[in-house]
Amino acid sequence: MLHTFVAYVEDLPGVLTRVASLFRRLNININSLTVGRSERVGLSRLTLVCEASAEAGHRIRASLYKLENVVDVDDIAQAPSVTRELALIKIAATPRNRSGIFELVEVFRARIVDLAPESLTIEMTGVESKIEGLIQVLNEGEERILEICRSGKMTMRRGHHTSSVLKAMGADADQAAEEPTEDSAAGEPE
Amino acid sequence: MGSDANTHASNNPPARLTGAEIVWATLVGEGVTDVFGYPGGAILPVYDALRKFPIHHVLVRHEQGAAHMADGYARASGKVGVAIATSGPGATNLVTGIATAMLDSIPIVCITGNVSSKVLGTDAFQEVDITGITLPVTKHNFLISRTEEIAPAIRYAFQIAQTGRPGPVLVDITKDAQQGTAIFDFAAAKPRPHRPHPMLNVEEHGLAQAVELIRNAKRPVILAGHGVIESGAEEQVRALAERAQIPVALTLLGLGGFPASHPLNLGMMGMHGEAWVNHAIQEADLLIACGMRFDDRVTGTISTYATKAKKIHIEVDPAEVNKNIKVDVALIGDLRTVLEELLPRISSGHGGRDGSAWIKTIESSKGAVAVRDIKNLPDSGHLYAAHVIHDIWRITGGNAILVTDVGQHQMWAAQYYHHERPRTLITSGGLGTMGFALPAAIGAKFACPDREVWVIAGDGGFQMTAAELSTIAQEGIKINIAIINNGYLGMVRQWQEFFYERNYEATPLVSPDFVKLADAHGIAGRRVQTRSEVASAVEEARSAPGTFLLNFMVEKEDSVYPMIPAGSSLHEMIRRPEKDPLMET
Ligand SMILES: Cc1ncc(C[n+]2csc(CCOP(=O)(O)OP(=O)(O)O)c2C)c(N)n1
Ligand SMILES: [Mg+2]
Repeated sequence: MLHTFVAYVEDLPGVLTRVASLFRRLNININSLTVGRSERVGLSRLTLVCEASAEAGHRIRASLYKLENVVDVDDIAQAPSVTRELALIKIAATPRNRSGIFELVEVFRARIVDLAPESLTIEMTGVESKIEGLIQVLNEGEERILEICRSGKMTMRRGHHTSSVLKAMGADADQAAEEPTEDSAAGEPE
Repeated sequence: MGSDANTHASNNPPARLTGAEIVWATLVGEGVTDVFGYPGGAILPVYDALRKFPIHHVLVRHEQGAAHMADGYARASGKVGVAIATSGPGATNLVTGIATAMLDSIPIVCITGNVSSKVLGTDAFQEVDITGITLPVTKHNFLISRTEEIAPAIRYAFQIAQTGRPGPVLVDITKDAQQGTAIFDFAAAKPRPHRPHPMLNVEEHGLAQAVELIRNAKRPVILAGHGVIESGAEEQVRALAERAQIPVALTLLGLGGFPASHPLNLGMMGMHGEAWVNHAIQEADLLIACGMRFDDRVTGTISTYATKAKKIHIEVDPAEVNKNIKVDVALIGDLRTVLEELLPRISSGHGGRDGSAWIKTIESSKGAVAVRDIKNLPDSGHLYAAHVIHDIWRITGGNAILVTDVGQHQMWAAQYYHHERPRTLITSGGLGTMGFALPAAIGAKFACPDREVWVIAGDGGFQMTAAELSTIAQEGIKINIAIINNGYLGMVRQWQEFFYERNYEATPLVSPDFVKLADAHGIAGRRVQTRSEVASAVEEARSAPGTFLLNFMVEKEDSVYPMIPAGSSLHEMIRRPEKDPLMET
C-alpha cells in the first residue's frame, strides 16, 4: 500500500541522507519527497510517500524515530488529510495555437505563469489525479510538452494536529519560537 | 555517565583550550580512563595533547582492534568504550568493529580525525567520508569542523551511545577544529535531556493482558536475551521465573543473564541450542520474550516457529516489535522498568496450571542427552573442544570472563561453559565477527583488571587479529588464551560436511606454530594434545605471571550438535550421529 509519512527533522547537513538511507536499507523506493521549512525554527518538515506493506508502516515510523535528527513522525495512512502537489509544465506554443491551452488551463483551474514567443508555462496545484489529468489531456492534444517539474506530495492532516511529540515540544519552555499556541486550536472549516 | 566522575573537568572554570585538549578534557569529564587507538596525521593534534590528561592510551596494532577493545571494555563494564583513529585508512579500519558493536547494541564512542575543513570533500590525502561510510552502522555520527562544537558533540555522543537501545557513535573531527581554540565549559556542553523513543508504550491494558496470559498459560517459557543484561534486569527476570515457575531459555547474548545453575534454566535456544530447549519453545503455549529480537538464528523458519504459543514481547526498541514474529502483547519499554511494573501483579505459584508437570515434561525430554555429554565419556585419547572448555569452566569455577571468537569453538564455549552472572561471556553475536576475541579480551581486561580473562578462539579467527599479541606485550597485561586448533575454518567446514557433500573448499587451514608466535612476542605458551594434559595446562596458564597461550590440538572434524540447518524449523535438528566415529574409542 501507499504510505505517507510526515516528519519534522532538524534542519542540519546530512539529515536528509539519514532519512533516505533508511529507505535504501529497507529496499523501499521513495515515490516522492518534499522538504521545506516548517512553523518551527530549526525544523524542516517533510512529506515522504512510498510503497510498502501495511505492516511496514509501524516499523518505518519506529525506525525514523530512531534517527537522532528526527523529531516527529506521523504516518498519515488513511486519516483525513489535505494533500497537494504543485506542477510546472512547459509547453511548446506559439501565439497561434495558445488559445486552446488557455481554455484548458481555465477548466483545470491552473494558471499561466510564463509566456514566451515559443512556449508557455502552466502552474497547477491540486491532488495528484488532477495533475495527471491535465498532463494526459495535454499529451492527447497537439501541443508538445517540453518540461514537467512536479513537487511531490505535501500532506497535512485535517483538523488540529494530534502529534504528542510536537505538543510536548510546544510545552517546552525553551522551544519558544513557535507562533500559534496550543489553545488557539479550533475546528477548522473545510 | 557518572556526573560524579566529572570532577576534573566540570570543577575547572571554563578556560580557553585547543580542540585537541577539549577532546581529552571532555573524555575525562565523561569518566573515561582508558582509550584504544592508533595515531596518524589527521589526529596528531589530539595525540600531541594527550600527555596533559589522566587517560591511559593503549596503542593497538590495527584500528579494528581498537574498536573491538572499546567494545570488549563496554561489554565487560557496562560503561562506554572509546576508540581513536586517524582519517582515511585509520577510520575505515574501524568499520568492522563499529558494525560489530552496532549489531550487538554495544555503547562505544569512536573519535576520528579528518582533513582540514577547508579541503573537506576534495579527495585530499587520506580523506574518506567516514560519516557517510558509517551512517548505517552507527546509532548516530557527527562531522565536527568547529572547535566549539567538539565538547557538545562528544558529550552528546556519550548520551546517545548509552541511552535507549545502546550502540556505537562516531565523532569525526577535522584537523583545523582540533588546532583551533575555544572556551571549554564541560557543564555547558551537556546535551539536552535524552528524549525516550516516542513509541515506547507500556499501557495498563497491555500489562493486564500479559498478567492474564501468564496466569492462564499451561506451558510458558521465558526467552531471555541480551536486553536482560543491558537493562540490568537479571533480578527481575529471576523473580518472574521463580514467582510464576516459568522455565527460562537464553539467547547466545543472553547467557549470564539468568544463572546457569538455576533449576529453571533450560539453556541456550536456537541453531545450536539443546533439543529440549527448542522443543520446549515449539511446544509452549506462551512465550515471554525479554529483551530479545527473534533473530533468525533463534527462530529457524518463522512460519513454523512456536505456532501454539501466545507471545508477550518486552522490548526497548519499538522497531523490533512485530518485525520477525507477530506478538500478542507488546510492552515497549526498558525491560527492568516494565518487569518492575509487571511483577507485583504476578501471583506466586503457577495460577491454575500445574507448573511442575510442564517442567517435568521438559526434564524428561532431556532423555539420554546428558549421557552424550562429553564430560561423561571415558577418555578415548581424542581431545575434544568440549573437554577443553569444560575443564576451563571447572577450573576457573565459572568466575572468568570468557571472550570468544566466532565459529565452532564459540558454540562449544556457549554449551560447555556455564555462566552464572552477567558480563562473563563476551562474544560477537549479531555480526559474528571473526577476529573479535583477542582485542575484545584486551578491552575487557582494561575494564576489569582484577578479573581472570580467557580468550577462546579458533585457529582461523585468531589469525585475523593475532597482531594484538604485541599490544598485550607492550601493555604487560595478563590474559589467558586458548586456541581451539582444529586445522579448519571449522564452522564453515561443518556446513560443507552437512550441506555441500563434504566439499572442503577453502577451509583446511595452515597455521603458524602458535606457541612460537607467542614466544616471538615474549609470551609463554604450550601445546596440548591429549585430554589428560588439559587440566594441568589450564592451571599452568592461570598461574603464569603474564599472558599465556594454550594451543589445543583438537579433533579436526568434530561438529557442533545439535544443529538446526538455516531455514529449517526449530524441531528439525541434526543430532550427533549415534555411531559417531569420533566418539568411539
Ligand atoms: C570476518 C569473518 N569472515 C568470515 C566469517 C565466516 N565464518 C564463520 S565461522 C568461520 C570459521 C572459523 O574458523 P576458526 O576460527 O578456525 O573457528 P572454528 O569454527 O574452527 O572453531 C568462518 C570463516 C566470519 N564469521 N567472519
Ligand atoms: Mg578452526
